[in-house]
Amino acid sequence: MISIQKYVRAKSLEEAYQLNQSRANRVIGGMLWIKTGNGSVNTAIDLCDLGLDGIEETQEAFLIGAMTSLRRMELHQGLNTYTQGAAGAAVRDIIGVQFRNLATVGGSIWGRFGFSDVLTFFLSLETFVELYQGGIVPLEQFAALGYDRDILVRLIVKKKPGVFAYRAFRNQRTDLPVLTCALSRMEGEYRAVIGARPGRAIVVRDEEGLLSGGQTEGRYNAFSAYVARVVPMGSNTRGSAAYRTHLARVLTERNLMQIMESGGK
Amino acid sequence: MEIKIKLNGKDVSASIEADLLLIDFLREHGCYSVKRGCETSGCGLCTVLMDEKPVLSCSVLTARADGHEIWTLEGLQEEAQEFAGFIADQGADQCGFCNPGFVMNTIALLRENPNPTDDEIRAYLAGNLCRCSGYEGQLRGIRNYLDSRGEKGNGHTCVL
Repeated sequence: MISIQKYVRAKSLEEAYQLNQSRANRVIGGMLWIKTGNGSVNTAIDLCDLGLDGIEETQEAFLIGAMTSLRRMELHQGLNTYTQGAAGAAVRDIIGVQFRNLATVGGSIWGRFGFSDVLTFFLSLETFVELYQGGIVPLEQFAALGYDRDILVRLIVKKKPGVFAYRAFRNQRTDLPVLTCALSRMEGEYRAVIGARPGRAIVVRDEEGLLSGGQTEGRYNAFSAYVARVVPMGSNTRGSAAYRTHLARVLTERNLMQIMESGGK
Repeated sequence: MEIKIKLNGKDVSASIEADLLLIDFLREHGCYSVKRGCETSGCGLCTVLMDEKPVLSCSVLTARADGHEIWTLEGLQEEAQEFAGFIADQGADQCGFCNPGFVMNTIALLRENPNPTDDEIRAYLAGNLCRCSGYEGQLRGIRNYLDSRGEKGNGHTCVL
């Protein structure tokens, strides 16, 4: 059980940032992750009044505020059109609608949780993270960093033309995933993202050119096997490393077939 | 800290601790339909509507609800009665503990999507757990309610 001494709705990002410099204070995001912990928080910093709960679509990008709920992301027409439904597919099995109305994109990305469908999905897009002090950094770089006292303001997803697919394997619907897998092809570059390894999601590119020179079942097999081979896996109560390696190959191949069928050739 | 919430259509002011959860605030104010279940934000027992959206009151700080509108089953009896009887007819609420959460989320579903398919019902209610049933009873009850309205769902009948 977490105890909180003081609650503050930040009136500005600067106020939130200054409050967050104390290790005793925490940005609460959707509150769902913090609630599972124990200990004491001096000041709970709430960003809910900063207008960061929406998705703005421009000609070049989607600007996704840190307080945007996963449910809003799931239902956002523009984002789902751009990703051929992968945005909704990535989050629709996260617990239930009530949970997704609370959980935030910013909280999911800031946490860089190993089990995160959200991190896996956004790594397959051309995504940048806007930090209050740290500026704009590629999500792939951000995902590899440790935690600091900055404030995540929004995600910026560049509308690079591409095709996208998302799959996760769960022992049962609404449970945490055993493995997550996103795949994209943007301007000729293939990107496979494997998460819930159970470590943080990582990106695999087709550096050996296994998918170049025509799309055949043999090439899908070769790239899927490559992804399964190079991604480090671990074991936990949900599945063994060997099982995850097998799943990585299968999910990558299915995603590949999906994006080829939807125009990735 | 001082807060003001519109609870079931009525203005409520209170002085609260910063870490008071909404579920506890609601129960302190007589809303006993709001049940504490899993404590891990996964069972849906404590579902309430916050600004029309279903949320888990066990995972919302009351302080965050300040200035917002909250509805519990106590304030939605009439709307719930429309279909709760159909769920009861199927024997779907055996011990009844999960029922308020199911009813609240079904209200949210039907407001958002008045004619859901069976798959849409399953997807929307996936966050409501029931230890007694296999969920088919709830699905049959909602489907029978929708059929009774004479409105077209997906044309599927629910089959065990």
